[in-house]
Amino acid sequence: MKATSHAFVDNAHAALGDGQLRRALGNIETGFQRKRAAAKLGLPEFEALRDQAKAIKDHTLAHLDLYLERFETQVHAAGGQVHWARTTDEARQSVLDICRQAGARSVLKGKSMVSEEMGLNDFLQDNGVRPIETDLGEYIIQLRREPPSHIIAPALHLNKEQIADSFRDAHPQFPAERPLSEPRQLVDEARSVLRDAFLKAEVGITGANFLVAETGSTIIVTNEGNGDLTQTLSRVHIVVASIEKVVPTLEDATTLLRLLSRSATGQEFSAYTTLSTGPRRPDDPDGPEAFHVVILDNGRSALLGTPAQDTLRCIRCGACMNHCPIFAAVGGHPYGWAVPGPIGAALNPGLIGIEEAHHLPHASTFCGRCESVCPMKIPLPKIMRHWREKAFEKDMMGTVPRLALWAWAWAAKRPRLYRWTTGPMMAVLGRLGRRKGRFRSVPLAGGWTRHRDFPAPQGQTFQQAWAAHQRGARRKGQ
Amino acid sequence: MTTSHVPAGAHPNDGHAGPRVGLFVTCLVDLFRPTVGFATVALLERAGCRVEVPRHQTCCGQPAYNSGDRKEAAAIARQVIAAFDGYDHVVVPSGSCAGMLRVHYPSLFEDDPDWGPRAQDLAGRTHELTSFLVDVTGVQAVNDQRHDATVTYHDACSGLRELRVKAQPRQLLASVAGLTLLELPDTETCCGFGGTFCVKYPEISDRMVTEKAEMVASTGADTLLAGDLGCLMNLSGKLHRLGKAVSARHVAEVLAGMTDVPPIGAADGGDRR
Repeated sequence: MKATSHAFVDNAHAALGDGQLRRALGNIETGFQRKRAAAKLGLPEFEALRDQAKAIKDHTLAHLDLYLERFETQVHAAGGQVHWARTTDEARQSVLDICRQAGARSVLKGKSMVSEEMGLNDFLQDNGVRPIETDLGEYIIQLRREPPSHIIAPALHLNKEQIADSFRDAHPQFPAERPLSEPRQLVDEARSVLRDAFLKAEVGITGANFLVAETGSTIIVTNEGNGDLTQTLSRVHIVVASIEKVVPTLEDATTLLRLLSRSATGQEFSAYTTLSTGPRRPDDPDGPEAFHVVILDNGRSALLGTPAQDTLRCIRCGACMNHCPIFAAVGGHPYGWAVPGPIGAALNPGLIGIEEAHHLPHASTFCGRCESVCPMKIPLPKIMRHWREKAFEKDMMGTVPRLALWAWAWAAKRPRLYRWTTGPMMAVLGRLGRRKGRFRSVPLAGGWTRHRDFPAPQGQTFQQAWAAHQRGARRKGQ
Repeated sequence: MTTSHVPAGAHPNDGHAGPRVGLFVTCLVDLFRPTVGFATVALLERAGCRVEVPRHQTCCGQPAYNSGDRKEAAAIARQVIAAFDGYDHVVVPSGSCAGMLRVHYPSLFEDDPDWGPRAQDLAGRTHELTSFLVDVTGVQAVNDQRHDATVTYHDACSGLRELRVKAQPRQLLASVAGLTLLELPDTETCCGFGGTFCVKYPEISDRMVTEKAEMVASTGADTLLAGDLGCLMNLSGKLHRLGKAVSARHVAEVLAGMTDVPPIGAADGGDRR
């Protein structure tokens, strides 16, 4: 997909002015934070599981080539095919080729963030294959021609009135005055539209939460059952996944599954956890005739061995964004690429370049809440700082901030000079601010005083006052 | 230790028996609110420490470190490490700066055979103020302190998550007579200060501090306390701009009984709560 991360500031400005968005984001606390906290509380071994899960992924990433090749061997053994893609171009071309071989004019899609990364829908549409999203949230944003704003709740930014409006526009086959004020009515209408699509399905595309090297299985985790229908009713099943989704064994996958839903929605387990292993066998009652796995790198392998490698542990639960105060303020769209929130700020610079994504790792207070809730213990602030260092090395800071930082550091390294200059400065500021105790505006500090008062200093610096205090104490002692 | 029974104002270790503590005063306390520094010294002396303030200190280096300027951050860190050589403990009236010394200096010199061990050594001796009082010196209570106020407490992020500072300030505040603590809802959420963040992304920071300031006001407390001057300046500035009648003070001022100076951002002779 085309990134708009460079326009983060403008996009954030627009998002902050959107009252409807603010109300929608206000639901994150009750919708996600409290549910996760309750689920964690209900599992005494949650912290131990985090350590175990981290170890599994660290081990896998240290032997990624081995497990990916083992996965490929097992997919072949089960009668499926694996297609390796270095870039998103290669990946979507692979998908298109499979669709064309199958003679498909439309494809069903389960939810997949990698397909968003690939810009798959637009590409297929441009090449005469109509993609139909079957996850309710994805279906809604597809109708509205919007990207997802959250990795597990793609339509998080919308309210039900907006969704009803979209449905009235998109579904002229239903009576214009039908009631659509209740979520149930919206779900039923989407279901009835999608039911037809499911029955005509030729190709179904899903993502994967895990690729299991031991068995060649792919696993998806859903709550709507649309993923199952997408892959079992279609003649051809295509799985699109990125390289870091692989885990060694089914046992490992279950360890990660115990953390995934709890961290994401606060569920102990999602409604559906679906394993796919190859195409339908002769005695299977259902399943696709062909099974393809398209495995995308898109810059991930280049992160191995760098400080950003830890981002590849991510299992896409969304806990970091659900607990991020920046995400809560602006939502997912301003991040400008498939993965928003703290994990986007840590991962995207590695995949789309620091030039495009430089705002993302900077737009953080390093409050650290993301890292504290991450089931995979990804040190998100540390990785964001790594990208800040890269941006600094590339001189992307801007002249004025860079000069200010240089001047400050120059003085901070010279304590005596620092005391000589800061003493009189604080004395002046203290005198000017004495009457009110604060300033409504300060030259060069507009970023601060546009929104809040600036507290006046007390006047004397501590170093001055302490030196005077020590002199007094010495005199008393004499 | 039995230092918790030492009466306020007494200096039991004038005989130089107690641990030698270096005060890292932090740049914000140094420049904006020396009272916090004196309050810290008083609390440490009452806990039986001999306090010294090395002259050769300015800032912990976070502005450079968090801006991606590792080289300048390391240069400033070396200055701090050298200045605080030899102290039994280094105490900081800020979770953020203490976190820089404790957590980030060692990672800054990870691959440095000379400074790495020195950074580790300093990290092991460095403590945030309330955590030092409770966890290291064993102070259970501040004695003979009275502060008639209803307060709420903001947990600054670095102290909370990097140093596990949460129970310690509350335990000490519980021993202040006349003080009632009303907890903030959603106390783990950042106030939007974030050092240079608040001026680099002022609109986002404004949304965050507005929500936090409104939350503070909604508790009904008349005073906001915290252990970090950055958050306090941010929040007091916003509370004043919103016209909310909530004062802001560093927790050390209340614990040490140094509340005769105006609250942060308040006029001299004004509200002295």
